[in-house]
Amino acid sequence: MDLSYGKEYDVYREEVRAFIKEHGHKSPDSSKQGNKPDAEDKAWQKLLIERGYAARIIPKEYGGYGGEADLLKSVIIDEEFDGAGVSKGLGGQGISMLVPTLLELGTDEQKEKWIEPTLMGEIFWAQGYSEPGAGSDLASLQTKAHVEDGKFVINGQKIWTSSAHFADMMFILVRTEPDAPKHKGISYLLLPMDTPGIEIRPLVTMTGEATFNEVFFEDVKVPTDQIVANRGEGWMVANATLKHERGMLGDPRQSSSLLHQVIELMNEESVNGVKLMDSPIFRDRLLKLQGRVMAMQYNSMRLLTNDLSGNVELMPILVVKLIGTHLNQDICGLAIDALGELGVLYDDSKYLRNSGMWQTRYMFMLGLIIGGGTSHIQKNIISEHGLGMPREPKPQKTA
Amino acid sequence: MEFGYSEEQKMLDESIRRFVNSEIPLDRIRELVLEGTGFDQAIWSGLAELGVLGVLIPEEFGGAGMGFLDATIIQESLGYVVAPAPFLGTSIMAPTAILTAGSDDQKNKWLPEIAAGNLKIGLGLSEVTGIRENAGVSFNGGKASGKAMFVIDGECADGYILAAGKDTLVWVTAGAAGLTKTKLNTVDNTRGVVELVLDGVEAELIGTQGGEAAAVQKTIDAGRTALAADLLGTSQRMLERAVEYAKERKQFNRVIASFQGLKHTCATMAADLEPCRAMVWYAAHCQQEIADEATLLACQVKSHLSEVSTPIANDTTLVHGGMGFTDLMGLHFWFKRIGLSRQLLGSPEAVREEAAVLQGWIAA
Repeated sequence: MDLSYGKEYDVYREEVRAFIKEHGHKSPDSSKQGNKPDAEDKAWQKLLIERGYAARIIPKEYGGYGGEADLLKSVIIDEEFDGAGVSKGLGGQGISMLVPTLLELGTDEQKEKWIEPTLMGEIFWAQGYSEPGAGSDLASLQTKAHVEDGKFVINGQKIWTSSAHFADMMFILVRTEPDAPKHKGISYLLLPMDTPGIEIRPLVTMTGEATFNEVFFEDVKVPTDQIVANRGEGWMVANATLKHERGMLGDPRQSSSLLHQVIELMNEESVNGVKLMDSPIFRDRLLKLQGRVMAMQYNSMRLLTNDLSGNVELMPILVVKLIGTHLNQDICGLAIDALGELGVLYDDSKYLRNSGMWQTRYMFMLGLIIGGGTSHIQKNIISEHGLGMPREPKPQKTA
Repeated sequence: MEFGYSEEQKMLDESIRRFVNSEIPLDRIRELVLEGTGFDQAIWSGLAELGVLGVLIPEEFGGAGMGFLDATIIQESLGYVVAPAPFLGTSIMAPTAILTAGSDDQKNKWLPEIAAGNLKIGLGLSEVTGIRENAGVSFNGGKASGKAMFVIDGECADGYILAAGKDTLVWVTAGAAGLTKTKLNTVDNTRGVVELVLDGVEAELIGTQGGEAAAVQKTIDAGRTALAADLLGTSQRMLERAVEYAKERKQFNRVIASFQGLKHTCATMAADLEPCRAMVWYAAHCQQEIADEATLLACQVKSHLSEVSTPIANDTTLVHGGMGFTDLMGLHFWFKRIGLSRQLLGSPEAVREEAAVLQGWIAA
């Protein structure tokens, strides 16, 4: 057992720390999300790419840093930036999903046209995948496109579209081959959000924010060369993209950070003059959560070792989203219960604690328990792929 | 960065699994629980031949000179088959106490015998973690008196290591004058837990009187970490049996493993258990390499594994339906072993409270 990253990486960590010390004050608020990148965001992103802390392995010719893939360096960047509360640069599905997909499957022209402005925050992307009737069963999507005068003509509806209200572009899955089997009839298109025929309706969530949208398409015309790979290959392209999403939900670093905030809270707040930490009931809940967080942290170390050595173990990967998202919600739930009536204060109420983050996070975590495959879907995946249990039989067709 | 088993540890894991699966079948467990000694000479000799009884004992004392993670690899496999073998007391806790507090003479006297399989040791530390029934041992002028309850692996032991208070360790030989041993029948008859009543029994100090608080703690940490490994193995086997049974049993013309309610129950068990594996590795690693974290990890791994294992014990039984509740399936041996492991060396609540003190969250 060797838990050190090695000397070379200790040196690298020092470099990262020195960078954060020197430049960290220029970082935009790392919790700032859900807005179009502003000048501050873009300047920070540019600096991070120059130094190799963002877009590390994207080739230089497309505006990236052009570094070698180095998992431990990426982990060190995550650890140090998160630890210091400094922004790791621009996020969004354009950078996390479209860019890797174009690098893998795009034409040279597409790579040149889209990757650099996306990395620099000049073009912001929305993802058009889910539909009202195609959630967990995404491949049954019904938004259609037929070709007319050298253009795809799109009709249909998307939902859960983050950032559509300020995005410049969308990557979208549409059914172009209605007669093909459902996985073979989909195409992956790129389109500007100001194309005529697109209507965006914000979808207000339980937190009161409108981070999602419904997007309606009526005869929306897209040139036929705005396609990634070939007609009917969209499902394959989307899966190439989805694999880049794995591991983002349920990260134990977030659990650990939330846990430490609850520890602070319970040491600061009192009820009936008794510090919350001195309540054996709340304390035991805290300790139980600490045990669960620890288990997930060490599971992460196991996954990191596997990634480094090329060893493949499915189960420790499959459980991360299910366990991590519920764990995070439970941690927020403890903070709320410990605060009691103070814990339900919201918005800008008098007596609000931690800017009201516990209620917001508690609800937001429920969103994450649902998004990216609900817990029920996760359990199906774990039982089928992890434990080898059979799928639910298809319902018999009735005459 | 290499967090996990080395090549040697993978080989150890394979060989111990091969041994327990071939030598300790359910039929044998059924016979052995009737005796209830928590011991079987054939199993013990087999473990001695594999060279694992001295896993924590340095080669100079006739041991294998391996590490704590090797010890938990073995304990996990013993838990997997609910083996009646006093490995926890004899091969994990006793060597930890002797190596930490014992004199060279004592190491030379006891450790080679442990490694050879000739000396089995019960551990009486229960009063350090929780005093019940006014139990407790005192030591004065070479004599020990009082009562030690829940002595781990005590039924088959040739000698005992007992805590006299929280800072003193003594050795008492089985059958010594003034010593009365009473078996405490627990739900789990794969382990022989006893009470010792001592009336001026000749006893030998291990280390100094009043100076071994750290050794006592280290021995408890070792025991708790090993119990977590035992729980990991026990729970893993229960989960496997749940899945195996569900894939065979048919109702409504389909295997019950195709019903989502049942799949989700199994998925929940697997999802809760899987991260425990890495937690046990890390806790074991700390016992040997990261002294600052050893006690906290021992507390948290013992309580977390207990919390994860109890629902697995229930739900695996539930998956088997009525048959699970019967003796025929033998699942109850695993259910009961989990029940005992959960309480030994402190219930989850008690152990977590120690973790709170340890982290300075509350005063001691």
